[in-house]
Amino acid sequence: MKTINIDSKVWREMGLSDADYQRICQLLGRQPSYEEIGIFSVMWSEHCSYKHSKPELRKLPTSGQQVIQGPGENAGIVDIGDNQAIVFKMESHNHPSAIEPYQGAATGVGGIVRDVFTMGARPIALLNSLRFGQLDDAHVRYLFSGVVAGIAGYGNCLGIPTVAGEVFFDNSYRGNPLVNAMCVGLVNHQDIRLGAASGVGNAVMLIGAKTGRDGIHGATFASEELSDESESKRPSVQVGDPFMEKLLIEACLELIAAGVVVGMQDLGAAGLTSSSSEMASRENNGIDLDVSKVPLRESGMTPYEIMLSESQERMLVIVEPDRIEEVKAILTKWGLDATVVGRVTDDGHLRVRYQDQVVADIPATLLADEAPVVEAEFKRPAYLDSKQKWQVEDLAQPGDLVQAFIDVLKSPNVASKEWVYRQYDHMVRTNTVVLPGSDAAVIRIKGTTKGVALTADCNPRHVYLDPYEGGKAAVAEAARNVACTGASPLAITNCLNFGNPEKPEIFYTFKEALRGMGEACSALNTPVTGGNVSFYNETNGQAVYPTPSIGMVGLIDNTDNMITSGLKNTGDLILLIGEYGHELGGSEYLATVHNLVAGRPPAVDLNTEKGLQQFLVTAAEQKMLNSAHDISEGGLACCLAEKAIAGKLGVDVNIKLSGKRSDVILFNESHSRVLVSCSPDRLEQVKSLAAQYGMPVYSLGTVGGDRFSLAVNDTTIEVPLVDLSRYWKEAIACCMKPS
Amino acid sequence: MKAGIIVFPGSNCDSDAMHVCQQVMGWDTDYIWHAENQFARKYDLILIPGGFSYGDYLRSGAIARFANIMSAVADHAKGGGYVLGICNGFQILTEANLLPGALLRNNHLQFRCEQVWLKVENADSPFTCAAQEGQLIQVPIAHMDGNYFADKETLEQLQENNQILLRYVDETGLLTAAANPNGAIHNIAGICNEAGNVCGMMPHPERAAEHILGSADGRIIFESILQHWGER
Repeated sequence: MKTINIDSKVWREMGLSDADYQRICQLLGRQPSYEEIGIFSVMWSEHCSYKHSKPELRKLPTSGQQVIQGPGENAGIVDIGDNQAIVFKMESHNHPSAIEPYQGAATGVGGIVRDVFTMGARPIALLNSLRFGQLDDAHVRYLFSGVVAGIAGYGNCLGIPTVAGEVFFDNSYRGNPLVNAMCVGLVNHQDIRLGAASGVGNAVMLIGAKTGRDGIHGATFASEELSDESESKRPSVQVGDPFMEKLLIEACLELIAAGVVVGMQDLGAAGLTSSSSEMASRENNGIDLDVSKVPLRESGMTPYEIMLSESQERMLVIVEPDRIEEVKAILTKWGLDATVVGRVTDDGHLRVRYQDQVVADIPATLLADEAPVVEAEFKRPAYLDSKQKWQVEDLAQPGDLVQAFIDVLKSPNVASKEWVYRQYDHMVRTNTVVLPGSDAAVIRIKGTTKGVALTADCNPRHVYLDPYEGGKAAVAEAARNVACTGASPLAITNCLNFGNPEKPEIFYTFKEALRGMGEACSALNTPVTGGNVSFYNETNGQAVYPTPSIGMVGLIDNTDNMITSGLKNTGDLILLIGEYGHELGGSEYLATVHNLVAGRPPAVDLNTEKGLQQFLVTAAEQKMLNSAHDISEGGLACCLAEKAIAGKLGVDVNIKLSGKRSDVILFNESHSRVLVSCSPDRLEQVKSLAAQYGMPVYSLGTVGGDRFSLAVNDTTIEVPLVDLSRYWKEAIACCMKPS
Repeated sequence: MKAGIIVFPGSNCDSDAMHVCQQVMGWDTDYIWHAENQFARKYDLILIPGGFSYGDYLRSGAIARFANIMSAVADHAKGGGYVLGICNGFQILTEANLLPGALLRNNHLQFRCEQVWLKVENADSPFTCAAQEGQLIQVPIAHMDGNYFADKETLEQLQENNQILLRYVDETGLLTAAANPNGAIHNIAGICNEAGNVCGMMPHPERAAEHILGSADGRIIFESILQHWGER
């Protein structure tokens, strides 16, 4: 083996600072080897070490009666009764998707699915939260269609339905799209496995795909800003093999059923390096690896390359020595490799050998827990004051509000996402009882009456204009979407996408968004069970909007009580639960019609929000409502239109509010508001229940006919339902048509 | 009624098929592993489920046709047993020459998952006999390669022998280009072999066998098999 001369160029190229290098020398009490520098560089990268985010993440509420496993493991776990639990997590794959959209998105799905089945759970649903630039840009269309095809190509092959999510378009994401994938799994309590290397003397087995040179230094790449040179990092993007992953899922679940797994962890960012050091440090044990045993895809790979490879579809399993043969038999049945590559030791060291030669010997805790923590500087960005100064009085009401309404409805942020989700198999496993397109999807749990409601939400424009209120609102809206189905919100996972945290203005937005998120999670009793931080989402120095995506899980005891968003019956009443609202700042209307991103975004009153959600859950239990849909992007007008389109029923609504502007009533995005429908004989019941929770009820009109008729003061919007439906359903497909 | 569901590496609708056969229909149902050379017992129905057998990286169903179990499936078909291939199962049956024609890539080159309307063209087959001729049923599709193709001669034979069981139509029953989700020739969604005991269809009746899933229309396929078996 050739010796490599170590100078400052080596660690700098791997992404370590001179101070980091000094700290490593100090911690080890000697100079590190080339391999050791590589190992430190990935483990101390932002992506693996959370060095900027850790102090802020610690402030989030993470406990609750429902929480079985909080942050720190491969995924979070919440109890859903009957000895069952839900395992879930969201993760980003932004940088890979920016330069290789299909594979970047596909391997993002692969990674998050492994995080869930490594805990012993059967993956039952996928969600995603996607952000792109505007669709009039050909490169954006290339990224958008590639990412959607990548998610479809991987998830569909696995047979896991992709059931919900969100897609948002804004110029700030032009060069740096966000691809956040979430996986949800179902597990019986006794089958839960953790990523821990317990039992000194136990075998460390590598199972699944062979190891190649792909993705070396992917974690470091994810911890840099993108630039015009990023295309040259294409080799840092891994290539996915969903068939291999499908086999791995079945094999691992069979291993767990056979009771041979002591601990299990997937090989994600930083490959064998991170999985082995994290498993060892969780138990204060060591792991001794002989990388010459690792099955390779190509010859001549160095220990350094083997340790840092991010080849996909691999798992590390801790097995008692006398059960190795059982593991091999199960893996052989699925046509996969299972190789003993090391053993668990009691000295706390990650020791890497190549046959007889020790190439790295590092206390595992130094890698997993002792990465430098940065107390980042923060400073309120100057743009906030100037943006927030804007007031609705500065804006002239457009002459043609009907056209304004159609424009907002056709905006890709409001329009139907059918073009996206019809490419995803959202029905496989025959459990999706509320399909994509509603406020939240619902997955039934066969053999019980239960259902799990799932959603992913964040309005990044609101977070940009007020990080604290926007962070709070992301949680509140996700919980509201879950409650609209009749389910009680349980817990969240998050994916925090921000720019370069070394810039104080960026870090301020991070800190403030998390403060808002934390407050909302506490108030709504939806603790954070894990997630992922993605910094450095910048292209040539320009950051994306601060985007803390929230993935929420809720539980409904009886799926017979579920509520969906579409109108149901002619003659039903349409009711507004909550106020008419007034906050136009940061709205889709301002952005689409006035080309303006300004104002204070709507603020959430968490008490009101909680009251509304409790009302929705109780009203569902008592079967009072025939539909419910939350008012968000596009305001009351678009909410009503979506209800009519989904229900294929017209509406006749008349709102008279003297002294209020029609555009404000139609398009404001104030929180804690829901449009519901009910049969007229239920009206008094609905009113008295709403009063119990302090919620006002306004009767807006009736369901029926084939026209969408919405009158507000002296403005009347009157559109045939078929046209309305066409505007909304075909908007994105039209943008994607080859010109 | 005894049913066997073939499981290839990469099958992913096997447990959905099991749920319908066992829980919804109440049949005595087993999984059958692809590597077996023969069935452990005699089955009335062999079901080849959807999924991506062996990853389908080459051409959908092209590898699966060589699986050990496929000779047992062919013998079962030759002996007059029912064989139902859904989605990937249909692709495999055409690759194995148990059904005529081929499934090409969807004409729009995208995976497509959505509810479609189907018209029952022939209500005499073991797979459709519980339906009325011309009946419309709503059943979802989920595939990338569902664009059925056959040459002119084969199409004429299919037509003459009443082997076309299901076609894509709009919700009023009209056979239109807009109602065709993948470019399939003559809007063909499902066919059977000349003897009538082997059927392939791209739509997923197992996903539309309970009202909670939005449609229970697909159940008629399973009820037909049961009815035909009872009358045998």
